[in-house]
Amino acid sequence: MSKPSNTRPFRWHIVVFLAPAVLVYTAVMIYPLFNTLRLSLFTEIDQSRVYVGFENFKTLFGDPNWSTQFWNALGNNFWFFVIHMLVQNPIGIALAAILSHPKLRFAAFYRSAIFIPTILSFVIVGFAWKLILSPIWGIAPGMLDMVGLKSLYAPWLGKEAYALTTLSLVSVWQFVGIPMMLIYAALLSIPDEILEAAEVEGLTGLASFWKIKLPLILPSIGIISILTFVANFNAFDLIYAAQGALAGPDFSTDILGTFMYRTFFGFQLQLGDPHMGSTIASAMFAIILVGVCVYLFGIQSRMRRYQF
Amino acid sequence: MTKTKLSTLLLATTLLSGTAAMAEDVTLTIESWRNDDLAIWQDKIIPAFEAAHPGIKLNFTPSAPAEYNAVLNSKLDAGSAGDIITCRPFDASLALYEAGHLADISGLEGMTNFSPVAKSGWSTDDASVQYCVPMASVIHGFIYNKDAFAELGLEEPTTEAEFFATLEAIKEDGTYIPMAMGTNDQWEAATMGYNNIGPNYWKGEEGRLALIAGDQKLTDEAWVAPYRQLAKWGEYLGDGYEAQTYPDSQNIFTLGRAAIYPTGSWEISGFNGLADFEMGAFYPPVQNAGDTCYISDHTDIGIGMNAASANPDAAKTFLNWVGSSEFATIFANALPGFFPLSSAPVSLDDPLAQEFISWRGECESSIRSTYQILSRGTPNLENDTWNASVAVIKGEESPEAAGERLQAGLASWYAPHQ
Repeated sequence: MSKPSNTRPFRWHIVVFLAPAVLVYTAVMIYPLFNTLRLSLFTEIDQSRVYVGFENFKTLFGDPNWSTQFWNALGNNFWFFVIHMLVQNPIGIALAAILSHPKLRFAAFYRSAIFIPTILSFVIVGFAWKLILSPIWGIAPGMLDMVGLKSLYAPWLGKEAYALTTLSLVSVWQFVGIPMMLIYAALLSIPDEILEAAEVEGLTGLASFWKIKLPLILPSIGIISILTFVANFNAFDLIYAAQGALAGPDFSTDILGTFMYRTFFGFQLQLGDPHMGSTIASAMFAIILVGVCVYLFGIQSRMRRYQF
Repeated sequence: MTKTKLSTLLLATTLLSGTAAMAEDVTLTIESWRNDDLAIWQDKIIPAFEAAHPGIKLNFTPSAPAEYNAVLNSKLDAGSAGDIITCRPFDASLALYEAGHLADISGLEGMTNFSPVAKSGWSTDDASVQYCVPMASVIHGFIYNKDAFAELGLEEPTTEAEFFATLEAIKEDGTYIPMAMGTNDQWEAATMGYNNIGPNYWKGEEGRLALIAGDQKLTDEAWVAPYRQLAKWGEYLGDGYEAQTYPDSQNIFTLGRAAIYPTGSWEISGFNGLADFEMGAFYPPVQNAGDTCYISDHTDIGIGMNAASANPDAAKTFLNWVGSSEFATIFANALPGFFPLSSAPVSLDDPLAQEFISWRGECESSIRSTYQILSRGTPNLENDTWNASVAVIKGEESPEAAGERLQAGLASWYAPHQ
């Protein structure tokens, strides 16, 4: 009866412990994702759902009514990303480098102050900046006037040429705390022995940053870049809060998120079309997937890592 | 909510199977997006109806405006929607009728009180079937600051030339912004701009119906000329109007910083509480003195009957009452700026609202040109009109180019224009 079994008993506790996360994740992430992909292959004819294969994608890329909007949104999205990469990440790294300087006073205060906008709601950030920049009630024209630069002021959010860049910079202001925190953590993890050894070799100050610290934090910069990419191509909230679903002026701030929202849920007189909306969502998913794969296989696997 | 509905249903069924005398005592549930009007319904409209019709009780259950369409659709599909449905104009309600959710009420007696224009918002394309009773409309025009006009010695302009002379005079004086409107939110430029001044050029219904029939094109002079006038508006809007939002414009005007506000009558009740100066209104100036004036008297709210209602007779009694002048008077005075659509005469206590509604006698009424049929396809003509109106005001697109772009968009899906 008590014959010892040489197969180990099935480890139920693993299933039990995994279950909550797997169930929740499946219900709120995996199932909706695949359902969206599935929905993009259907359309509605006479109030019944019909399978049409890749017809919706053909419309999205082939019909000028859709494709011009799509390419416009994609182009704007790239510009949104480029501004973040060129402004947010370098500033974040610079701030982290300054904060990690051992002689800096009030470092904890600066760190919190710069990080606080990140935890604010998009709606607050969008409305606050809209008011600051408003030509009628805003403080921006007055402040520029005080330093004699009133001529530089323009209703930025209302001009096609500036609106997207302005909103990108607002987003940079909000999120600069994230790269700063990540890089700051990476910089703190560099062992003092390495820096001291470099100092013995004659590398101090800026030279030690460029030659020692920067190579050591490159993997973190890579992670930040890919996080920025994913966040930017999924962005929606700030544009919606500041410019509404029409992403004005004249769609100049329209990014994939707002384009998808407008199509999926409908806007004003435009009736919602869940199938075309899902098609756009699927295209967004593909773009992000390709971007992440390029990074993972093309860049991250070749990156040199240093073990301490 | 479901519980009330269930008990209502049970009650209704029990009563219907009872004696004829008792069968009259029913409760009608009204679906609406006008949650702002809850107090008006409860304090004024419902008591007035119930006093005149013993045996029928009303229950007004509004939901949030932005969610109304989605909530109503799912309730209708699930069979739990109320007996009376408040109808959005044109395609949203047409879709409900076609799906069999709204009952055909063409035969209702009260329907004779309405003009064809008023009914067009809630009838099938060929106007053969009517599925909602027109309830309220909004009229477009210009509200102005009477004190500012008196101070500058200006008169209400009646012709286009006078209109621009007035704007020029206000601009020259410099105390006031000539006109409060922004292009940031886009819809104002089309709704308060293009569709406000346009009917004078395309002769109201005549042009609107010809456009739907395909006899006129958006590249015709009548449809491009309003853009030409809009192109001249840009210099009279305040500094930075490109980033000015709709609430900004409302505040600028009610704070007394602007002299003229292109608008619709729905602003009246809000503005009465905000502005501490006297307000007047004028209708869109005509091209030459003596021309017939045309106004946009846009159908906005209708009310219909759930085809699955258990109390069709009571519902019809109520809808008939909505078409009466009694309802029209109560509704118009409770909500100045939302005008009853019935031809039955109505008197209004609010002077500004009275001014707006008096134009119905002087001018020909029409509705917004893009709402019926023409915004059904992709690209959506109404959304394109917003965009074109903004581009023209900012000077980024010429009026002719805007007309051509809109015509090309419309012709791409609308058969009568191909």
